[in-house]
Amino acid sequence: MSLREAYTTLFLSILDKDGEIKDTADLKHEGKSVDQETVIGVLKSLESREVIKYETISREQLVLTEEGADIADNGSYEARVFYAVPEGEENGISVADLKSKLGQAAQFGQGRAIKNKWIKKSANGGFTRAVESIVDESQNLLRDIREKGAYHDEKVVKDLKKQKHISASKVTSYRVVKGDKFTTQIVKEETDITEEMLKSGEWKTATFKKYNFNAAGVQPRSGALHPLMKVREEYRQIFLELGFSEMPTAQYVESSFWNFDALFQPQQHPARDAHDTFFLSDPATSDRMPMDYVERVKQVHSVGGYGSIGYGYDWKIAEAEKLVLRTHTTAVSSNMLYKLAKEFQETGEWKPVKWFSIDKVFRNETLDATHLAEFHQIEGVVADRGLTLGDLIGTLHGFFKKLGIQKLRFKPAYNPYTEPSMEIFAWHDGLNKWVEIGNSGMFRPEMLLPMGLPEDVAVIAWGLSTERPTMIKYGYNNIRDLVGHKCRLDMVNRNPIARVDK
Amino acid sequence: MPTVNVDAERYVFKPLKKTFDAKEFEELCFEFGIELEEATSEREMAAKEGEKADDLSDKLVYKIDIPANRYDMLCGEGISRALKAYLQIEKPPVYKVVHPVNGKALEKLYVKPETGAIRPHVVAAILRDVTLDQGAYDSFIELQDKLHNNICRKRTLVAIGTHDLDTIQGPFSYEALPPKSLKFIPLNQSKAMDGEELMKFYETDRKLSKFLHIIRDAPRYPIIFDSKRTVLSLPPIINGDHSKIKLSTKNIFIECTATDLTKAKIVLNTVVTMFSQYCSKPFTVEPVEVVHADGTSVVYPDLSSRTVEADVNYINRSIGVNLEADKIAELLEKMSLSAQTSEDHKKVIVSVPPTRSDILHACDVMEDVAVAYGFNNIVETTPKFGTVAVQQPVNKLTDQLRREIALAGYTEVLPFTLCSHDENFAWLNKEDKGEAVKLSNPKTVEYEVVRTSLLPGMLKTINANQHYPRPFKIFEVSDVVFKDDRSEYERRSRNQRNLCAVYSNNASGFENIHGLLDRIMMKLDVKLVPHGDANGYYIKESENATFFPGRRADVYYQNEVIGSFGIVHPNVLEKYEISFPCTAIEINVEPFV
Repeated sequence: MSLREAYTTLFLSILDKDGEIKDTADLKHEGKSVDQETVIGVLKSLESREVIKYETISREQLVLTEEGADIADNGSYEARVFYAVPEGEENGISVADLKSKLGQAAQFGQGRAIKNKWIKKSANGGFTRAVESIVDESQNLLRDIREKGAYHDEKVVKDLKKQKHISASKVTSYRVVKGDKFTTQIVKEETDITEEMLKSGEWKTATFKKYNFNAAGVQPRSGALHPLMKVREEYRQIFLELGFSEMPTAQYVESSFWNFDALFQPQQHPARDAHDTFFLSDPATSDRMPMDYVERVKQVHSVGGYGSIGYGYDWKIAEAEKLVLRTHTTAVSSNMLYKLAKEFQETGEWKPVKWFSIDKVFRNETLDATHLAEFHQIEGVVADRGLTLGDLIGTLHGFFKKLGIQKLRFKPAYNPYTEPSMEIFAWHDGLNKWVEIGNSGMFRPEMLLPMGLPEDVAVIAWGLSTERPTMIKYGYNNIRDLVGHKCRLDMVNRNPIARVDK
Repeated sequence: MPTVNVDAERYVFKPLKKTFDAKEFEELCFEFGIELEEATSEREMAAKEGEKADDLSDKLVYKIDIPANRYDMLCGEGISRALKAYLQIEKPPVYKVVHPVNGKALEKLYVKPETGAIRPHVVAAILRDVTLDQGAYDSFIELQDKLHNNICRKRTLVAIGTHDLDTIQGPFSYEALPPKSLKFIPLNQSKAMDGEELMKFYETDRKLSKFLHIIRDAPRYPIIFDSKRTVLSLPPIINGDHSKIKLSTKNIFIECTATDLTKAKIVLNTVVTMFSQYCSKPFTVEPVEVVHADGTSVVYPDLSSRTVEADVNYINRSIGVNLEADKIAELLEKMSLSAQTSEDHKKVIVSVPPTRSDILHACDVMEDVAVAYGFNNIVETTPKFGTVAVQQPVNKLTDQLRREIALAGYTEVLPFTLCSHDENFAWLNKEDKGEAVKLSNPKTVEYEVVRTSLLPGMLKTINANQHYPRPFKIFEVSDVVFKDDRSEYERRSRNQRNLCAVYSNNASGFENIHGLLDRIMMKLDVKLVPHGDANGYYIKESENATFFPGRRADVYYQNEVIGSFGIVHPNVLEKYEISFPCTAIEINVEPFV
């Protein structure tokens, strides 16, 4: 029989006999006081079936400190001194011997023993007994308190507390009476409904253990999608809802030509530095670009054209041929716009487009909490005759509204391939300030016209990273907790569904 | 984006006749397209760097971020001039080239042919009767530093030397000499050094050591002398001590040597337009004649304005506004561009000052109109054409597969695309047959190749998660990259979309991965067929060394191998420091698109 079952039997039998348990603190089981923590468990279970009712009794109980317990067990210091002095007036003990026998207790006890007239000083400076026997009241008092947990004289209690022989502690016990459905019969509690119970109909009469709704449920075994990929899907969905078609971005290796030159990014631009861009050793270069177009790009960089004075430098094909890991998905956009221009040249028919892409780009960064060598870039592109800066602003408002961002403003910025260029700022309620969330602009004529696009075609575009908003949304401070092989699988598993507009 | 520190009182409050609070000035900067990064002081800045700050000034300093193409705003002088125009307090100055009085000849700078091989271009100019106070002097030094770090590309393209003209004697000569045969006392030093000694001496210099490589190994170093063979400078490293600028300097000789002439002219123009402010006749510059080896000569600087015409219609239809030509001209004045309207009011004729090298095309004029009008005052519109959105089929299938694999109880992971050569080959018991794209200059040493397999990232993920409870069931559907020299690949390489999954537990769980493959095929509606049948998939035991003998197989679809699976070989696990069995599958999903 378990302890719980034993207690249950005990309580029910007392209640049956007396109708009440005045205080469970008084109950004994197998000679020991019952454990009140087990008691409450049993009472709760009985109460849930209305077998009993109970109320809590709270009170202070006096308990002995370590020193108090020592006195209760081994006697007060003065009594110890008395017993250390040999019997008979002729026999005594020197101070030194007393000390070596009792240690510190000799010091604490000898004064009180003299005051109680139990011992007296002898002629040779030692001690002799003054009485034949003593009663150790201090010991008796502490033994009494230890047994009862209380004492009637407040003053004595106060003194003992001061001496640190006793302290007060809070104890809880219970008064128990019969409940509406009192029975001495102990019922088996079922924890679950089983197939057998359904078959036998036992469920109709069975008693069920109360379910603890505060405990955690059993987690289902499940797979999960990665948080960043979920955010990526959301952005993809938003673009598709807005009528944007996906660009083919499955091409990490790009020539400097498409990544930089076609975008009117001069060859000495810092972004083209080995410090920022991954160049390749194998394959190192490619000369497979459309050469007539390459020639037009060379012209516009070095001597200008299409209304531009150009950058006025010695443009080198060797630089353009260097292969890199693309530093932005705009490399793909430039290639797509070139193809669009070619189609226009061949058919004479202009087709406006809305495009997007979300894919990896690479930067030769030193890795830290906010920088990785690879991240996902989101890009949107719209091309049509006569698009305006107002169209870009309106398109951005439309896009960011889908992300739950209502308030935007724009700051003039510089970018080699867009003019005007605008940094996009969003109002962040939590941070109570404007936060930069992306970049945008209208592609420069020096980029579009060499491709062969009609002169009145304007192309508006914007870009942002996937990682940054995801880190803000889910509160990551270190990018490596989110991306890469070191991120924790249980993080992926527990991460909520991505609702970018919430 | 370069950051310029300016004394707020001297360069903002006084010229703009207004004491701004930080918030107000931040707003002004935002609309104009620069950025107030911080309002601070010299003392605060030093304290932040953990340097001694006791005797530094508490004067308010604005740290302002400047767009990378606005060299004219790389100093306080330029920023105040631009803001004064923007707030319509004062029109920007007109810069003038003024020849010496009394018909005196121009100072000449002769170029020797040897310079052609190392640093072929030089331009120069003179600022006369200058009065510099400490603030102007500091700003002058600071501007050169900013130019060196930005447009000059750390002195590779252009290097600036400035000299006290009264300590030297023209005509000057720009030469290139073997390092051993030149000797002078460099700036702020006391000992004369030859070229070799000088390189050695500055090797450990915090500021200058990074420029040494530009000429160090050249057989001849560029050098500028005066008529008495006094060394003015050894560009792009250091000036001579003899001609150094002091607070008391009255006449300043400025030379810029370069590998890019266009940029040398821009740099010279920037320095002289900014600091001619302190000449007794403000905004005047005395020219210098540069005489080339072939006898031709050019007079610098060219401070003439360039004319750019922009269609009113082009400007309006690009921004989405409807402004009269006169209004456009007025807005351009705010941006330091003086403009007139053509007779028929269909054009604005903009005179671009020498300070505005950023204006290449009418679109730059259009941008300035938009900035002056205020980006945030433009009425938003939306493009008026309908489109039908189309997904990339491979991405659509990828997302469908990812969901199915996650539903099968696998967790998606996102390791990196770049990895080490060993991770991609040797550690997988794989030989490098030259199929991987290799990086030439990674800052992170472990990034040597673009992965050709998703497996290394998966194994690294398991390694990093080893202390969590098993089993691990992870997957990724992502791109690997192969070199491919076939002519249809312009970039001589191609991405391929792969699917990889790994199961790991106390036992290998080989049949679980086999089961996952069957399930994926079930979801792709591809049937298991006998070997050799092209109408489905089948599995054939293989010799793939990444996997354990007898527990490894290739997956065939339409009679082509599309991937493989197996118990990961214990040798591979050892390399990835994984102490319990793993089974993996990797297949190419592109045949199913």
